[in-house]
Amino acid sequence: MELRSRIPSGPIERKWEKHRFEMKLVNPANKRRYTVIVVGTGLAGGAAAATLSELGYSVKAFCFQDSPRRAHSIAAQGGINAAKNYQNDGDSVYRLFYDTVKCGDFRAREGNVYRLAELSVRIIDHCVAQGVPFAREYGGLLANRSFGGAQVSRTFYARGQTGQQLLLGCYQALEKEVMKGGVRMFPRTEMLDVIVANGKARGIVVRDMVTGQIESHIADAVILATGGYGNVFYLSTNAKGSNATAIWRAYRRGAAFANPCFTQIHPTCIPVSGDYQSKLTLMSESLRNDGRVWVPKRSGDDRLPQGIPEPERDYYLERKYPSFGNLSPRDIASRAAKEVCDEGRGVGPGGRGVYLDFSDAIKRLGRDRVEERYGNLFEMYERITDENPYETPMRIYPAVHYTMGGLWVDYNLMSTIPGLHVIGEANFSDHGANRLGASALMQGLADGYFVVPLTIGDYLAAYKPEPIGNDHPDVRATIAAVRERTTRLMSVRGKRSSTAFHRELGKVMWEYCGMARSTEGLRAALHIIPELRAEFWRDLRVPGTGEELNQELERAGRVADFLELAELMCIDALHREESCGGHFRVEHQTPDGEALRHDDAFAYVAAWEFAGDGKDPILNKEPLVFENVALATRSYK
Amino acid sequence: MKLTLHVWRQPDSRANGAFATYTATDISPDMSFLEMLDVVNERLVAAGERPIAFDHDCREGICGSCGMMINGVAHGPARATATCQLHMRRFADGAVIWIEPWRARAFPVVRDLVVDRGALDRIVASGGFISVNTGSAPEANSLPVPKQNADDAMDAAACIGCGACVAACPNGSASLFTAAKVAHLGLLPHGQPERLRRAVRMVAQMDAEGFGHCTLFGECQEACPKEISIDTIARLNRDFLRATVARPAERTVGGTG
Repeated sequence: MELRSRIPSGPIERKWEKHRFEMKLVNPANKRRYTVIVVGTGLAGGAAAATLSELGYSVKAFCFQDSPRRAHSIAAQGGINAAKNYQNDGDSVYRLFYDTVKCGDFRAREGNVYRLAELSVRIIDHCVAQGVPFAREYGGLLANRSFGGAQVSRTFYARGQTGQQLLLGCYQALEKEVMKGGVRMFPRTEMLDVIVANGKARGIVVRDMVTGQIESHIADAVILATGGYGNVFYLSTNAKGSNATAIWRAYRRGAAFANPCFTQIHPTCIPVSGDYQSKLTLMSESLRNDGRVWVPKRSGDDRLPQGIPEPERDYYLERKYPSFGNLSPRDIASRAAKEVCDEGRGVGPGGRGVYLDFSDAIKRLGRDRVEERYGNLFEMYERITDENPYETPMRIYPAVHYTMGGLWVDYNLMSTIPGLHVIGEANFSDHGANRLGASALMQGLADGYFVVPLTIGDYLAAYKPEPIGNDHPDVRATIAAVRERTTRLMSVRGKRSSTAFHRELGKVMWEYCGMARSTEGLRAALHIIPELRAEFWRDLRVPGTGEELNQELERAGRVADFLELAELMCIDALHREESCGGHFRVEHQTPDGEALRHDDAFAYVAAWEFAGDGKDPILNKEPLVFENVALATRSYK
Repeated sequence: MKLTLHVWRQPDSRANGAFATYTATDISPDMSFLEMLDVVNERLVAAGERPIAFDHDCREGICGSCGMMINGVAHGPARATATCQLHMRRFADGAVIWIEPWRARAFPVVRDLVVDRGALDRIVASGGFISVNTGSAPEANSLPVPKQNADDAMDAAACIGCGACVAACPNGSASLFTAAKVAHLGLLPHGQPERLRRAVRMVAQMDAEGFGHCTLFGECQEACPKEISIDTIARLNRDFLRATVARPAERTVGGTG
């Protein structure tokens, strides 16, 4: 497999401009003749569908939720970065670029990251014009807050509901285009395969989730904006429906999967409370602006937090990382929490938790100011835990939150299948081995509003339309494969629900492919996962039929794909003999326990190619070249 | 905890539904309401029965997917709380709980507790947006917005589109949903050019979808998990009235180019 990244030559600040000029254009009158399918209606997909329709393309958009407004982007709390430098604190496009490359532990492409930083300012302009009610100062201008991994204040926010407000902006733009007739929207419709005909992505096969009908949709290009695969861990901050089926099916049809082991564990989530737990709830990282993280100095200290005097508390982030303190990047803060809990100093039931304490902030700012900044988060915390964070410190623990890995794409965001574009969290391109806080919203919107609507034109301008119908052999074969698989899921008729298998898989992944990974553990996981998968296909139970709304069937299909993807994640984690960002191999650490990269051997993107069931995937390498940022050891001390 | 559940079961939109009774045992007070239903469902699957279908996704109270009538109250007994954020500690051990889908003419039942809320999307499509195409926006800070307006707009924009307001309304009206959007966009300078047209079109679509009229019962704001105020409905009415009295006819003629 050839990996052509197509990064334009020339100085980094001119690459995107040069590329925009060099790309071929589609005549405005011809655009409506092209149909583009967009799967997923979160920030990336919603933005792409709306913008492509504004440009004149015929768009078909799909989501599994009952409305495009419910995609999981909606749950992002903290904010969106942009290099506006409104605070006059030394920010610039170059600094956002630099922070992102450094935070990603030098495993992202410079060219993509620079473009992202460059587009960040236009995103804010556009969202404000759409009516996104960002927080403002008394003078009427936009407010900013700080976020982990940065020393400038560049994060724009709408209370603790930034994702919701940005997504509603996107959704409203999408509905505006639905009304104009440029977008046809298919809610409650799940993509189950991609149609590759004559070597090009030409459509998708979907299941109507209400009637169970399986049908094909043909197009000239396909965009996957289906989000990340964090739910492979069962418990994560992802929505219950978030799944990897679309990207996994594309992988099986020839799209390379890049850096699958790069997952982000978010440091501030509400700890697990019991076996019935169905998901984990994130507490925005912005809380670390004013909350101080600590545990008791002595292990086994079970006094109430208020009863532990100041000298007996260990503010370990402030101690270990004095210059970034409580705002250390996510991977570092998460690992530090795990470390203190492993030492027996964790708090709360089971000892898997650390305190996030606002008492100093309340003293300094007053309760009203704290409430204004974080009121809705405090309420959510209290609702879930029945504890009042104004009076007793929050308990937090890391949880799976985001996946930096995803389908491999070139600078045009096209995968290794011609015509199949992948945007947002579903691709791998911009965050390297660890994502900077408040950058996921930025990337989704940059890809959707500003990148893919242009680059898809370059693909379509050079593409010779070959009309194909539902009777084309590749279309028929794909539909048959989907039908066969659905029938197979329904006909196991075993005893265990897909949720039971999913929960078990999640435990294996959290244990062996979570915050700390070892050769031994990963080998164990690679032994357990195939057995669990075999067990799944022997003992799965899906009640009902395939020709009705059947949520058990939907879940079973997604879990079946997670059971395959999990194995690839472990293979990738085992092969990457270094620690970088969210990927921490215990064998590769500095004497003081920090991640130890091996740039000589691993400064590449690992793009895995499907070789067939039961065969080892093929590793392809895209070397990473750093022309602007010198490779250095990340330090937040 | 041990609970008795009476749950509305209905195979599809055409079939008749009925209540089925289940006993839920070993329920922890720390479970969310949906986690309690998960436990019931896993036991139904183990017994070879069809589980109870219900919409849910983020389980953080923000996506708006979930929603059911719990003992006749939209989203149940906790104030300003979506069903997924309702915890079982709100119920007494031994409680009897009646669980139904949203009941409204404009929300047909799809299955069990799942309803079709597509009408809300169509109300937004009719005018709940600002017409700005990607790439055409001016510098974000070129237009200052008084903080009070931005905060009020945010209060209205917090709507999660769950439909509880419709389900709680004796008239089955979507006025609070529609008004929240009209207020959000109408409070911002960017939303002024389309303000009156937006109100007229959204109200017309709401009528066309079969939602009832607002008679200011105020049940909607009591049920709203985001505490959206019926003050927004006053704004909607004002915009609507101004539009019908003062709005010039829309000109459809193009330029001379």
